[in-house]
This record gives sequence, C-alpha cells and structure tokens, in this order.
Amino acid sequence: MRLVLEKRESRSRKVLLFVPIISFGVSLLLGAIVLAASGANPLKTYIYMARGAFGSWSGFTETLVKAIPLTLTGLGVSIAFRLRFWNIGAEGQFIWGAIGTSWVMIFWNFLPVQLLLPIGLLMGMITGAIWAGIPAIMKAGWGVDETLTTLMMNYIAILFAEYLYYGPWRDPEGFGFPGTRPFPREAWLPRIAGRAHWGLLIALIAALLLWFVLYRTKWGFEIKMIGLNKRAARVQGVNISRNIVLVLLVSGALSGLAGATEVTAIQHRLMKGIDMGYGFTAIIIAWMAQLNPIAVVFVAVVMGGILVGGDQIQMMMGLPASMGLVLQGLLLFPLLAGTIFSDYRLKAVVQEEVV
Amino acid sequence: MKKIVVLLLLLLAAGTVLFAQGAQEAEAADDAFKVAFVYIGPPGDLGWTYMHDQGRLEMEQNLGDKVQTTYIESVEEGPDSARIMGQYAAQGYDMIFATSFGYMDYMLETAMDYSDTLFEHCSGYKTNDNMATYFGRMYQPRYLSGMVAGAMTETDVIGFVAAFPIPEVVRGINAFTLGAQAMNPDVQVRVVWTYTWYDPVKEREAAIALLDAGADILAQHQDTTEPPKAAKERGKLSVGYDADMRKFVGDSVLVSPVWNWGPYYTETIESAMNGTWEPHQFWGGLAENTVKLSDFSPLVPQDVQDAVLAKHDEIVSGAWDVFTGPIYDQKGTVIVPKGSVMSDGDKLGMAFFVKGVVGSVD
Repeated sequence: MRLVLEKRESRSRKVLLFVPIISFGVSLLLGAIVLAASGANPLKTYIYMARGAFGSWSGFTETLVKAIPLTLTGLGVSIAFRLRFWNIGAEGQFIWGAIGTSWVMIFWNFLPVQLLLPIGLLMGMITGAIWAGIPAIMKAGWGVDETLTTLMMNYIAILFAEYLYYGPWRDPEGFGFPGTRPFPREAWLPRIAGRAHWGLLIALIAALLLWFVLYRTKWGFEIKMIGLNKRAARVQGVNISRNIVLVLLVSGALSGLAGATEVTAIQHRLMKGIDMGYGFTAIIIAWMAQLNPIAVVFVAVVMGGILVGGDQIQMMMGLPASMGLVLQGLLLFPLLAGTIFSDYRLKAVVQEEVV
Repeated sequence: MKKIVVLLLLLLAAGTVLFAQGAQEAEAADDAFKVAFVYIGPPGDLGWTYMHDQGRLEMEQNLGDKVQTTYIESVEEGPDSARIMGQYAAQGYDMIFATSFGYMDYMLETAMDYSDTLFEHCSGYKTNDNMATYFGRMYQPRYLSGMVAGAMTETDVIGFVAAFPIPEVVRGINAFTLGAQAMNPDVQVRVVWTYTWYDPVKEREAAIALLDAGADILAQHQDTTEPPKAAKERGKLSVGYDADMRKFVGDSVLVSPVWNWGPYYTETIESAMNGTWEPHQFWGGLAENTVKLSDFSPLVPQDVQDAVLAKHDEIVSGAWDVFTGPIYDQKGTVIVPKGSVMSDGDKLGMAFFVKGVVGSVD
C-alpha cells in the first residue's frame, strides 16, 4: 500500500473549513514539542499567548493595530493572486505608501492642516499603486516575470526610504537620529482605543468593497476568468494586459494605504522601523484566506494575535526572543502546507502483488 | 475528520502533562518593587546589552528581595516597543527602563498613558513627569582608549566601526581621535557606518573593509565582539567597547572603554522605592563610576599605560576635560578656541568630526 495525492474534483465547503483548522492543530502540536523541549509548559505558553493577544482590552487593541495593515496588504496581495499575478511586492508598496503620505505631511504645508490627512492618505495610495503598476506594465507589455521584479522592488523601496530619513528628509532637530520630523498633530489619523485607529474602519470598508467588486460585478468575473484560464478569457474578448495593470494598481493602492495609515496613526513620522514585514506576512494571509477578502480580515486578526501574543513567550515564560520567532514560524508552516489538502486528497493505493 | 481533531487534542494534552515542569516564569510576588528592562539586543551579545544586564544583576544583588526584575531582549526600535512597554505597565510593573535611543518617542508616548509607572530612557533627551533619562560620559574613557591606539598604531591608520551618525557616536569618535592624536599627531581615524547597533554580520563586514583599507587597529561603537575578532584573525589589534572584550577575544584587544550600570541602577531604583525619585537627566562619567576604562592588555607598553592613567586621574579630578580647545573640524575651522572647554549642551548635540577623522557625519 502507498499513499498518493489525488486532485480533488471540487473543493467542498467542508474541506475549505476543516483543512485550515486541522493544520492549526498540527501547528500547535509542533510548537508544543519545541516548547516542551526547551522546558516550557506548552499549554501554559499558549494560554499566555492567547491571553496576551485577546485576553485584555489593551492586548486586543494591540492585536488590531497589527490586523489593520495586515488586512490591507492581505487584500492587496489576494486580488493580484486572483489573476495568478504573483505580487510579492506588498512590502515595497506599503513603504511607498508611507513615503507618499510622509511627503504630503512634511512638505505640503501650503495646504490647510485639515486637508493633510485625506490628501496624504490619497497620495499614499497613489504612490503604492505606481510602485505596483511598474511591474504590472512590464509583465503586460513584455512578459517580464513579476515574481522577480516585485521582490526586488521591495528592496529598492526599503533602501530609498532609508535614504530619505537618513538623508534629505532627516529631522534637523532630531539630533542626527534617522527619521523625518513628526507630522503636524492635527493631521494624525485619530485613534479609537489604545493605539487601534480609524484605519480599522478603512480596512473593513476596503474588504467589503473588494468582496463586492470580485463577486458581484462584471469586472470581478473577468478577473476570475483570467485567473482560471487565461486563454479562454482572451477568446471571450477579455483584455488581459489592461486587467493586469488595473488590478495591480488596486493591489498597490491597498498596500500603499496600509503604509499610509501606519505612518499617520502609529509612527507619526517616517523613520527606522517602517519595514516591519507586513507585506511579506500578507502573502501568507492571502493564501490562508484562500484569496477571499472577508476571510482576509479574520485571518489578519488571528495573525495579529500571534504576533502580539508572541511577546508573552519572553515576558511570561522567560524564553529567549529567538524562541518567539521559531514558534511563529512553526505555527505558519503547517497552515501553508495544509492548503495543498484543499486541492488534493490523500488516497491509499493498494498495489497488486506480481507473482 | 472528528477523530483526527480528538486525536490531536489528546496528543497536545499528553504533551502538556508530560512536560509540565515549566520554564522560569515571571509571576511576581506582589509586595516587591517590580522593574522591567527593555533591551535592544540579547544579553549574550557580550557588549552593550550584556553590560546593562550585568548592571541589573548587580542592582538586584544590592537591593535583594525588595526588588524583582525582568527583562525582554531584542526589541526593535520601532512601534512594537511601545506595545511591550505598555504591557509591562499594564501588568503592574513599577518602573521600566529602555536601553536604546530609538525607544525615545515610544517611551514618551507610553509614559503619558501610564502616569503611575516610572520610566527611564537610556541615551535620549525627552523627559516627562514620570520619565527620566540616563547616560554616561563614555567620551572620557574613549579618549583614554584612543591614546592607547594612537601610541600603538604602526600604519597610522585606525579603523572605527560605527553604528549611527548621531551625537553619541560622533562624540565618541571625536574623543577617541583626540586621544590618539595626543600620542601620535599623524594618526588618521577612518569611519565606516553600519546603521545598526547590533548585527554581527554587518559589523564584521565593516571591520574587514577597514582592515583592507590599511587599518592596523580597530575601534568600534557596536554591540558585539565581531570587529575585534575580525582584527585578531588578521593578526591585527583592536580596542573594545561596552564590556572588557579582552576576556572574550584575547590580548589583541588592547583596552576597552566599558559601561558600569550597577551603581546607577541601584541608586535610581532605590530612590524610586523611597519615593524620592524625580525626573532627571543623569550623565555620569569616570568620576561617578558610570563608565570605566578596562585593564590593559599585556601588549600595551608600561609608559603608555602610565600616560593614560595620568590623564585618567586628571579627568576624574575635574582638572581637565576631553573637549578642551583648540579643537578643529575636518576643514580646519576652529570649533573650540584654545583655552576654553566645550559646554555639555554642545557635546550632547555634536554633529561634526574633528580634524583627523576620515569619514562623513551624514
């Protein structure tokens, strides 16, 4: 007897729900083994993590602080992935969003201060969209492989942001430390509770809008068609190049908006620590959410919880910081590996014995 | 499907029971004064964070059961640090120390939210009713270590692996250079910026670049022992920093300007426990025993040691200051005229290199 993977004919709702849950169970188990091996009580650690992320109001608001950029970048990545356009450049688009917004906040002081926030956020979306649009045009026009371009452009964005806050944009009153001067206080994106801010509402609206576009409009149907079968879509008269560029502009705008809300609500300036890896985590979120915008919101909250709860590994269990990273990696791996079982089933094949 | 779930849960439960002894958990007795430290690196860096942790342990020894401390390591100088400090405050910690410059704004933000908790920030300049700053005049032992390097370089090129072009680091490089020039007027100090406090790989790369550029002694403003190790592998000498790196690397480390946080931590936490704590900006030097010069490597000749120790005593007694004129910038413009001494304010905001430094403050 041997085990083989067999493609599922259809992805049932039950499978879509159960595979991630079981994968999560495996994740917890793997993590438990590592924790136990380093002398910590796994159950206690998990309880502390859950309590840290969801058990108190202040912890929960911190989870939301993480969930906001994770939702927006997760949405951005998932819409591009629907086209089978592997945009792994959400990090760079996030950073460009932060740069665009900071530019308005710091240098557009000819504007009335009340206008800085809306225009700043809009500029963040535009710069994020442009940064995603470049690889989209290269792909649509010349077939340049997007995994490479989007990945590499992340590093250009990170280094360019560094250049700005170490160099020409550095706060002259900042004692030389890297970072721009703070944005005007009146232009900060207000906070709701703790550090959780109105970006939450923006992210939720974005998720609903995206859901509506993808499932209820003709454009959403075209995107789905291109993703499923490019050739068939072309035969049906769908303009593929145009759609790639349009979808990527939306994708980049969403990640850009994430960067824009992060600088206006949390950092209040462009400084070291802006490249926090949200754009990379977004790829995992998009996959786990099966590219469904509503699911992205929930997965982002869970992921935010894992990041915030991870603090407790050090704070309450006294384990080293590296343990937190190991555990977070272990939690993610089965979740990603599990997605294969949504499309394939494991089947036992009995081999006939040859006499 | 259900069977698998049940099975997994059973396994998890079994694993939990089997290994239920637990790590060193931090649930404190309620009557002790609870203090949390936020570290930029791991205490195992044998440098900056190691010395803060040594200071914490010495303070614990001095104050005994009345105080209960914890720390969190490798916290990025970003928005997450505010969450960490907020969590400690929410958990009822009475006092929180953060040991890197980049935590400044996040600590101030947290201090405003938690007015019942005391905050102390190392190396920054912002304070609040419940937030103080503390730092040390590291430039004093740096000058002394520069004297050693200046006396012992043969190529007249000393390499300096440096973290960020901020006043703290610039001040240290200038003091080091002035010390080297006191022993050897022709000496050149070449600076490479790594833009990180703690990154063994980058520190090593920068060290190698400086050795390739002809440096025969390396100094550093970094948190790990990588630059001295890189120098040693090439048969070159080095000057340590933070901790007495000779203990970890060997006699090729001629001397190290070192931190000594124990006395300060003991004093300020004691005052917080007594209720006499007030917002302050502490800047202790050799005289206050906040900074020290380590013992010399046996490779340092006796006459150099004597000259350095004589200068050491002049600084401790207050008879002489490192930044006494004439001091010139890289273009040769006089910054501090002969006979006068730079003010503390100018020292804290220092943003120029003295003549003899090869590098740029941008």
